[in-house]
Amino acid sequence: MKVVAPRLSTGRVLALLGCILLVLAPHATRLPLWIAAVAAWSLGLRAVFAWRGWGLPKTWMLLILAASAAVGIWLSYGQLFGRDAAVALLILMLCLKLMELRAERDAYVLILLGYFLVITDFLYSQSIPTALYLLICVWFVTACLIAFQYRDRPPRPTAVLRQAGWMLAQAAPLMLVFFLLFPRVQGPLWGFPQAAYGAVSGLSDTMAPGSLSSLSLSDDVAFRVDFTTPPPTPARLYWRGPVMWDFDGRTWRAGDSAPLPLAEERPQTGQDVIRYVVTLEPHNLRWLFGADLPAQRPKDSLLTHDYQMFALRPVRQRMRYAMSSQLNYRIGLTESPRNIERALRLPQGFNPRSLEFARQLQQAHPDAKEIVRNALLLFREKPFFYTLVPPELGRDSVDEFLFTTRRGFCEHFASSFVFLMRAAGVPARIVTGYQGGVFNPIGAYLIVRQSEAHAWAEVWLDGEGWVRIDPTAAVSPQRIESGIAAAMPLGEPLPLMVRTDNALLRQLRFGLDAAANGWNQWVLGYTPERQLRIFERVGFGKANWQNLALALSAATALVLAVLSVLLLRKLRRPLRDPVQVLWDDFSRKLSRRGLPRRPGEGPVDYVRRVTAGQPTLAGDVAQIGALYTRLRYGASSGNARELAELRRRVRAFRP
Amino acid sequence: MNAPLSPRIADGPTPTSGRAPIVLTQRRVYILPTKQGLLYATMLALMLIGAINYNLGLGYVLTFLLAGLGIIALLHTWRNLAGLAITVGRTEPVFAGDPAVHEIRIDSVVTFVRPSIGVAPPGMPPVFVDVPAQDSCIARISMPTQRRGWQPLDTVRVSTTFPLGLFRAWSNVAIDSVVLAYPRPEADGPPLPAVSGEDAGAGVTGAGSDDFASFRSYSPGDSLKHVAWKAAARSDVLLVKQFAGSAGRERWLEWRDVHPALPLEPALARLARWVLLAEEGGERYGLRLPGTEIAPGGGHDHRDHCLEALALFDGKVTR
Repeated sequence: MKVVAPRLSTGRVLALLGCILLVLAPHATRLPLWIAAVAAWSLGLRAVFAWRGWGLPKTWMLLILAASAAVGIWLSYGQLFGRDAAVALLILMLCLKLMELRAERDAYVLILLGYFLVITDFLYSQSIPTALYLLICVWFVTACLIAFQYRDRPPRPTAVLRQAGWMLAQAAPLMLVFFLLFPRVQGPLWGFPQAAYGAVSGLSDTMAPGSLSSLSLSDDVAFRVDFTTPPPTPARLYWRGPVMWDFDGRTWRAGDSAPLPLAEERPQTGQDVIRYVVTLEPHNLRWLFGADLPAQRPKDSLLTHDYQMFALRPVRQRMRYAMSSQLNYRIGLTESPRNIERALRLPQGFNPRSLEFARQLQQAHPDAKEIVRNALLLFREKPFFYTLVPPELGRDSVDEFLFTTRRGFCEHFASSFVFLMRAAGVPARIVTGYQGGVFNPIGAYLIVRQSEAHAWAEVWLDGEGWVRIDPTAAVSPQRIESGIAAAMPLGEPLPLMVRTDNALLRQLRFGLDAAANGWNQWVLGYTPERQLRIFERVGFGKANWQNLALALSAATALVLAVLSVLLLRKLRRPLRDPVQVLWDDFSRKLSRRGLPRRPGEGPVDYVRRVTAGQPTLAGDVAQIGALYTRLRYGASSGNARELAELRRRVRAFRP
Repeated sequence: MNAPLSPRIADGPTPTSGRAPIVLTQRRVYILPTKQGLLYATMLALMLIGAINYNLGLGYVLTFLLAGLGIIALLHTWRNLAGLAITVGRTEPVFAGDPAVHEIRIDSVVTFVRPSIGVAPPGMPPVFVDVPAQDSCIARISMPTQRRGWQPLDTVRVSTTFPLGLFRAWSNVAIDSVVLAYPRPEADGPPLPAVSGEDAGAGVTGAGSDDFASFRSYSPGDSLKHVAWKAAARSDVLLVKQFAGSAGRERWLEWRDVHPALPLEPALARLARWVLLAEEGGERYGLRLPGTEIAPGGGHDHRDHCLEALALFDGKVTR
């Protein structure tokens, strides 16, 4: 029994430090080394202080440290208020607060900071493993909070953990109700959150030999597609990305592309329309991917004359957009002379042998289509190999590839083909993007990974416009038909997740991806539009925030009512010993006759007193008393027959 | 000044034991957020803003989970207090200046433990106890005493902030616990006066009793100074030495011996010291105050009786 404890017990301080360590751990990899070191050092130091019982540093020392921390942050991040800088500052302030941990008040502030740190972790990762880890952290921090509320004797850790777990479980239904019904507001509320995503793999606006094959080493998901119309086979899906026009001898560049006037947006022929929803992972650039050819593009997007789709701002957060495409199309029937000229431009002094070959083609076949066909014949007849690890190419990369090495990845094929076309007088351009994808039977959606990145060509034919030609298909048709995993023999360094050999692994991969996708769609992607749409579908009335608020209040009240009943019913009906209940009934009957049982008066004394006061009742009272004594204290404990006898007698007792 | 003799005292050493316990029913228990609860709410608001601004799905999950936790805490805190039965326990008399200890018994009929129930007298920090399941426990409240006489404790505030410290549930309970404060004995002063001629007996002078006469067996209340310890070590029987002259010698402690030489309170202080000295010396002593006369006797009960008379003396000289 204690008056308010002035000092914190060592055990609880150490537990709190442990919880903070758990919460800080995920940040360690993202912080500059000096901040991580400071955090580890302060945690350790405070633990030693607690263990040894030493005094804590004075406040003025901590103020100086706080000022130096701010300066340090400024030097490391260049600012104090960006997302990363603010998080680092918060962590440093928490470390300083550790040094000030004297009273329960300080412990409480640290616990709140702990909760806040958990949410800052979500700024960097919201995957399922992160969520599970941080849920455990929240559980532990809540247990700390409960532990500090024990003011008499410190509790046992298991008891506190169990209580915290129960309370979180009881809070979960409320959380679900709020999550579904709390009116969502579309962020951001201020400025643009500078989501400084680190190195994110993906396509870029340049292509050099080796750029796409290195991308194939990544099994990161580029995007996922949910089809609303029956999905076509992956072989027909070419996902359009950056379009490259300019070649400098080694590297192709996308350059600038003028936007397409709205009037020209609808390509002719309307067959094979597919409708789908793309969930695009962030990649720090502005490209939005759609199947060739985008027919109906998402709002807030831009279409260029070469049908690249751009978002208004770089894609730094996972985004979802609905669109439709036409798989049969014709574009660019009338193309401006400037574009044609650009599509024929080649740098001087490179690849003489290929130039010569192309000139021969042009002279032999006046028809452009024949030129195309014969160029493809080169790829089919000569021994070309499709591989992820081709040999290095020198200055005349096209010459070396076409006539010497003949081993390459899609960028080599596309690049050399377009070079030949341009040299032969056929306007051509490179289109990069993704080809195909893998269908996930669990969840019925298409997964397109970075490893499906692809490059192909488009040539301009008079009367037909821009036509897709995929030289890779000439060399490795399996790549187009069945995806990269089928096209690559075992020796190639494809990432594990992309391989299709092991059936069990494949199932596991599908299951994990389906779980991640469900998570992305329903937990992370629960946007205001989705909320309103679901609300309408369930049929609670018009979907506006007033109805939402009403539904929220009603659901909250309902859940609270149920929880109240469950929690508070223990107050009303405590388990009581039936023998005791009968004795109380007996005493109550006697008290109505003026002979109440005194608190703490035992049965023998009571019986004696009653007998003295009312001799007429002596016999009954004595028997009841004896029965009770035997049942409660003596040999007949648990004897059902005697209990029934006592019940009968008490019921019949009329003083 | 002095409270009049309370009729309750007549019941015996536990004057309020006959009272029914006060049960903290729904209507008696109030609940409000604490300062920490408000801070928690502020944190939640900031988290929500952060989740909206950065579009963090899991940020919403965390904010709503913690909000739900806060709401659940209200139920738990209220439940921790409701249904307790408060009874006043026994008290022991103390000397003025020493802290008076009031015992509050807390009964719980529910099957769960109620940790951190705080019992606070008005204006003082609470004393915390953990009330076990289907059992009772005692909270001891220590209050300083300045004067002699009845030290009442009229109300206590029973409160709890368990389990999360976000809400405080409390109830003001009217109890009537009293502790009797005896006058503080003088720190040092003149020794016991000589036994006057009025007293019957052998009239041997000297406060000490040196003439050993015989043994008699020990009765509870006998001064332990007179126990024959060496004999007890040999035979396991407690014997008390009887001294010549102590059997019949009595002394009277008189009001007129100390007053009006001393003012009221110091006079009582001196008398109190004399009572203690007399008891320590194993004498038989009586007390004569205006309006009260206590026949000579010895032992702890007799001493307490005398001290009580001194504590409650209202200073009115009736003769």
